Amino acid sequence: MAVISIERMGLLSVVCVSLFFSSTFAVDRGNFKTCDQSAFCKRQRALKPGQSPYRALLETLELSDSRLTLQLINDNNKVHLLLELYRLQGNMTRVKINELKPLKPRFEVPDVLIAEPPTEPLSVLSKDDNGVVLSLGAENQRLIVSARPFRLDIMEGPEVLLSLNSRGLLAFEHLRLHKDTQAQADGAEVKESVDGDQQQDEGKKDEDGESEKEEDGLWEETFKSHTDTKPNGPTSISLDFSLPGVEHVYGIPEHADDLKLKTTDGGDPYRLYNLDVFQYELYNPMALYGSIPVMLAHNTQRTMGIFWLNAAETWVDISSNTAGKTVFGKMLDFVQGSSEKPQTDVRWISESGIIDVFIMLGPKPSKVFSQYASLTGTQSFPPLASLGYHQCRWNYNDQEDVKSVDQGFDQHDIPYDFIWLDIEHADGKRYFTWDPHKFPQPKEMLQGLMDKRRKMVSIVDPHIRVDSGYKIHNEITSKDFYVKNKDGKNYEGWCWPGNSGYPDFTKPEMRAWWASMFAYDQYEGSMENLFTWNDMNEPSVFNGPEVTMHKDALHGKWEHRDIHNIYGLYVQMATAEGQIQRSGGVERPFVLTRAFFAGSQRYGAVWTGDNAAEWDHLKISIPMCLSLGLVGVSFCGADVGGFFKNPSTELLVRWYQTGAYQPFFRAHAHLDTTRREPWLFGPENTALIREVIRQRYALLPYWYQLFYQAHKTGMPVMRPLWVDYPKDTATFTIDDEFLIGSDLLVHPVTEEGSRGVTAYLPGAEEVWYDVHTFQKHNGAQNLYIPVTLSSIPVFQRGGSIIPRKDRVRRSSTCMENDPYTLYVALSPKKFAEGELYIDDGHSFNYDTKKEFIHRSLTFANNALTSSNLCPDCNFLTSSWIEKVLILGASKPSKVLLKMDGKETPVDFEFDTSMSVLTLRKPGMNAGADWTLLLQYQRYFQC
Amino acid sequence: MTCLHLLLTLVFAVSLGTPVEIQRPRGVPLTKKQFYEESKPFTCLDGSRTIPFDRVNDDYCDCKDGSDEPGTAACPNGSFHCTNAGYRPMFIPSSRINDGICDCCDTTDEYNSGAKCENTCKELGRKEREVLQKMAEITKEGFLLKQQLIEEAKKGQQEKQSKVTDMQENKKQLDEKVEALRTVKETAEQPEKEAKERHLKAWEEQKAAIRLEKDKAKMAETFLELDDNADGFVSVSELQSHAELDPDADGTLTEIEAQGLMGGAEQVDTSTFESVWPKIKDKYHSEVSREEADISCLVRCLLCLCVVQAQPTIKTPEKTHEDEEAMPPYDADTQALIDAAQKARDDFEEAEKALREMDDQIRNIEKELSFDFGPDAEFTYLYSQCYELTTSEYIYRLCPFNRVSQKPKYGGSETNLGTWGSWSGPENNKYLLMKYEQGTGCWQGPNRSTTVKLTCGKETVVTSTSEPSRCEYLMEFTTPAVCQEPANIDPSPHDHVEL
Repeated sequence: MAVISIERMGLLSVVCVSLFFSSTFAVDRGNFKTCDQSAFCKRQRALKPGQSPYRALLETLELSDSRLTLQLINDNNKVHLLLELYRLQGNMTRVKINELKPLKPRFEVPDVLIAEPPTEPLSVLSKDDNGVVLSLGAENQRLIVSARPFRLDIMEGPEVLLSLNSRGLLAFEHLRLHKDTQAQADGAEVKESVDGDQQQDEGKKDEDGESEKEEDGLWEETFKSHTDTKPNGPTSISLDFSLPGVEHVYGIPEHADDLKLKTTDGGDPYRLYNLDVFQYELYNPMALYGSIPVMLAHNTQRTMGIFWLNAAETWVDISSNTAGKTVFGKMLDFVQGSSEKPQTDVRWISESGIIDVFIMLGPKPSKVFSQYASLTGTQSFPPLASLGYHQCRWNYNDQEDVKSVDQGFDQHDIPYDFIWLDIEHADGKRYFTWDPHKFPQPKEMLQGLMDKRRKMVSIVDPHIRVDSGYKIHNEITSKDFYVKNKDGKNYEGWCWPGNSGYPDFTKPEMRAWWASMFAYDQYEGSMENLFTWNDMNEPSVFNGPEVTMHKDALHGKWEHRDIHNIYGLYVQMATAEGQIQRSGGVERPFVLTRAFFAGSQRYGAVWTGDNAAEWDHLKISIPMCLSLGLVGVSFCGADVGGFFKNPSTELLVRWYQTGAYQPFFRAHAHLDTTRREPWLFGPENTALIREVIRQRYALLPYWYQLFYQAHKTGMPVMRPLWVDYPKDTATFTIDDEFLIGSDLLVHPVTEEGSRGVTAYLPGAEEVWYDVHTFQKHNGAQNLYIPVTLSSIPVFQRGGSIIPRKDRVRRSSTCMENDPYTLYVALSPKKFAEGELYIDDGHSFNYDTKKEFIHRSLTFANNALTSSNLCPDCNFLTSSWIEKVLILGASKPSKVLLKMDGKETPVDFEFDTSMSVLTLRKPGMNAGADWTLLLQYQRYFQC
Repeated sequence: MTCLHLLLTLVFAVSLGTPVEIQRPRGVPLTKKQFYEESKPFTCLDGSRTIPFDRVNDDYCDCKDGSDEPGTAACPNGSFHCTNAGYRPMFIPSSRINDGICDCCDTTDEYNSGAKCENTCKELGRKEREVLQKMAEITKEGFLLKQQLIEEAKKGQQEKQSKVTDMQENKKQLDEKVEALRTVKETAEQPEKEAKERHLKAWEEQKAAIRLEKDKAKMAETFLELDDNADGFVSVSELQSHAELDPDADGTLTEIEAQGLMGGAEQVDTSTFESVWPKIKDKYHSEVSREEADISCLVRCLLCLCVVQAQPTIKTPEKTHEDEEAMPPYDADTQALIDAAQKARDDFEEAEKALREMDDQIRNIEKELSFDFGPDAEFTYLYSQCYELTTSEYIYRLCPFNRVSQKPKYGGSETNLGTWGSWSGPENNKYLLMKYEQGTGCWQGPNRSTTVKLTCGKETVVTSTSEPSRCEYLMEFTTPAVCQEPANIDPSPHDHVEL
């Protein structure tokens, strides 16, 4: 939800709004800046690669145990910068560059790193006039600081892994006094657009009047009718990174684009600036609701990451020396032994703040994930129920409506866990309240859901209606917690309620107060099964520049310019904290956010915003969530069915089939669409949707275990194939299929009228089993799969064990004590392994009291064994193992269960056509130690 | 193993005060008891396989159709039967067994989940009986009302039918009357027309005579004006002083041109001027009237109207003269003829109007008669009525067979939620739903439409409205017209209790 539809504005000034927003379908690009329209981007991008004016002053080098500092000087303007280098634990390097003596402090992003990253000793290997060579410890890795011009190279053995400023695009706009006040300022001040300006004919330009010309946008910038006053003048920064041997880079969400990032030559750079984009377009680098400034670089040898910790508006340019080469050209290079090594060059540009970069050296994909997780934390471990199905709509009209939708699920025997209320539920869009006519008895409604063991989410947006009769507004006003405009008055803008204030979530006191508003006695009508949705937290300001907040608005002493991209993170952070606090720290929160930043993974789920009921939007949901997963945010989903417009029945069914295999599974629809609860499309389609939602619920144990793993290690839940097959180049650009964990491969059908899909099954010596038919397929092949409307191509990797709960009930909570079925898919070497994770599904006791079961399941030598991965954990479950399916098995003569020193025979059946062995009701408790032994008579084994 | 597997349960049913004990596997309805015999292997009800009886309800699904686990949640497609003594027996999906939610009022679905269920069957049964009783009463009374409605409708219909017949009879007479009056009128109009024409002609002749005389006078006056030297002749040069007479409109009246006007003569006397006069009279500007006009213009110029208004005064000075006055009144004879004709006309028009009104009335009644007011015309009484419901925000108005509308309670214009479309209930009774379509269009959406759901009630009233989907309204409406004849059987729960 969250758009500017004129109708939704209701009583707002329609005339005023319609000036800003077009009602035609598709984004109004004119509302959003191109690089050319963003003054600093234009200035920075005007610089072309060349000799850097920066020089390292080696004599200033200071080395403490783990930190090296060194001054840099820009020979054009003589401004000194301070370079800090850290070697961080876990094979990472941190590079910080700030002004040595800024006129006033420059913003450094707080609250993203979970702690000051632990360092490791750096040592100088050699030093001369040209530079310094530092040891990065293991792996024969060195960091070379070149002095003239300044550049950094990270080497491993003879190979350069990554270079900084090798193209000379380091550019740091130092703080300066405005011309008007410059008279009394330091006479040595040299004005120019960008400090690092490349001036091959040095000095010449400085004299020819160029410096006198007041360049546009240095001290003021106007876009459409909005003027940004820029009291600090130009403050942008830029740095380039070269990645020799790299042809594939990923990440820097959020963009509605392919998984593999494209080169940006000749177009706009990828933009990172959290924006509420009405009816966004696909396949372009425009900014969307969230920003995570993390890029991964991958080749068959190594995976690396670059984390650019900056919350200001940021643009990322990517170029490649192989881009544009045809396959034939590449082949020719190969045959002729082209001397040119493929290389990707990246350039980051931010409007303010400092350069603070973390270089994650991998080398394996999993290592990069753990490196990034060690900096910004892992995915929060969600309540199990939130992995179920969510039913949302703008809007469920009233309590009666909620009740009848809830009953509809039971009537049609479709499970669901959460029903959602959008903005119309609140009294006049005053969040934390309920419309007295439509929702007069919220507790009664919530109790009704609780009786069904289901839950609800209500929306709480960060724009607060300016209304002296509204408690939240009055308290924020009296505590002086609102963001201020440039003149120091409360900043006000238009959003759903009309004139609204925006709480300053960057203030810890504000966040603490906000969190306290979720207490049961504060948020009247709330109960423990009510959770939260934070929308519009970019923040969205309907009448603001680019539909967001003015950059010269003030958050304490910092400008909105400095903190823009982290505002949304803070909203979700404070909300999640509120949910934790209301339960006395016992219960896990569930909060969905639309805006996000690096670190947002710690607070809940994100979705891809206001998509549309179009096939291309269904397709793009895959790369959009894959990109988020690569940079820490595993709990991702897209509005099933598409938010805007009405989906065809086929599209809706296909979207359910895709969404059921994506981490966050929620159907949502715009106010102006026709109703689309799953049973409104005839019995056949109801059955198709019921079936796929049931598949989701059966797999909840696996999803839950993967989220536990993501929470513990940072491994993405939904992954591109290359993460698990990093040496298989065929996987590098695949984004129409994906892995869930390592063991399920999904190729959703995303084409209208499709009669078949071609799925790539990776792994040269692997096999994959169709999860519906158990048919076995070899890896490393493109497999054509004929499909009907009921088909969802999903494969289980040979060598894996997936626990399922095949008894699907009304909600995930109802399935708590149900037995497991183990799906053991044998590898060609008759081996398989998996895990089983069980806890109470909703509290922090897994963490605080070690109340969980974590078991390893291994099939080897014809024996399936469950062993304890956490011997000092304690949790009792009444779930048991009702069935074991062994795919790719041969028929045994006898099966024995060995447990507690006893052996008991187990009934089994064998399906010869698909080689599936089914062990009937072995019956052991899911938390117990046991072994199932398949016995073969000697003559069968030859 | 942690689950209890109670193969058999004792089911107590209360019937007529005598407890009867029936043994059968949990979740099996009495009607299927015969398939579950403890002493024999069990064959899945779809016949797909046979299993030992101890695998029935052993919490493992052996039959594809789920029939071996009627009392556990093991099969995905199983169903569980609860007897619900005191209320109604029912089947629930077996996935609801032991899921912690009480589904069966007799609590039998939650035998091992720890859910605290209370047996509410008696209470439910009582309530249901109450409701059924109430419903029965309503239905009964409603049905009686419906009979009245049908009677009234029939009567009304007959009345209307006979009224239409009467009216059509009257109409015939009226038709004849109109025709007769038309003849009278036309007969009276002929002499009227002739008399008027005569009168007009006389008037025209009179006017022509006056005009001729005036022209002569004007000519004489002009001659005098032109004859500047008063020698009794108008000479070429005298004529030349009037440049406006220039025939080729080049601004000057040359000597030759003036001579031409004068028929080649150097000068003309009053009698020969008669032949010159027609050539110049249209252009000629009287010296006197020109000055007059200039003066009056000057005066009027003060009002800034001069230029616009002066010109017609100059160009057509005659118009202002008195000679073109109204036609003199008709003479008495003519007037008498006119009066007679007018009366005939009035009589005719009155009759014609009455005929039109009669036609309209007939058409309206016929339109009403053409509506589908139900198999027994029981919905007739709703015609041309309106029913309102006021909610917190709006006043909804249903005018059956006409339109549905919504008006904000506190000011604002009315929105059309649809005009009468059709009956759209299910095939077996289409009279349970009304569809109103093509209301006011929605922004980026369809035209508003409303479905009216009719339920049996003693009163005719709109009970609720909602907008389940954007711009698609649902209205609930009670009316005796949909009350069905009450079944003769007594709706007591005893019929449902299994024995």
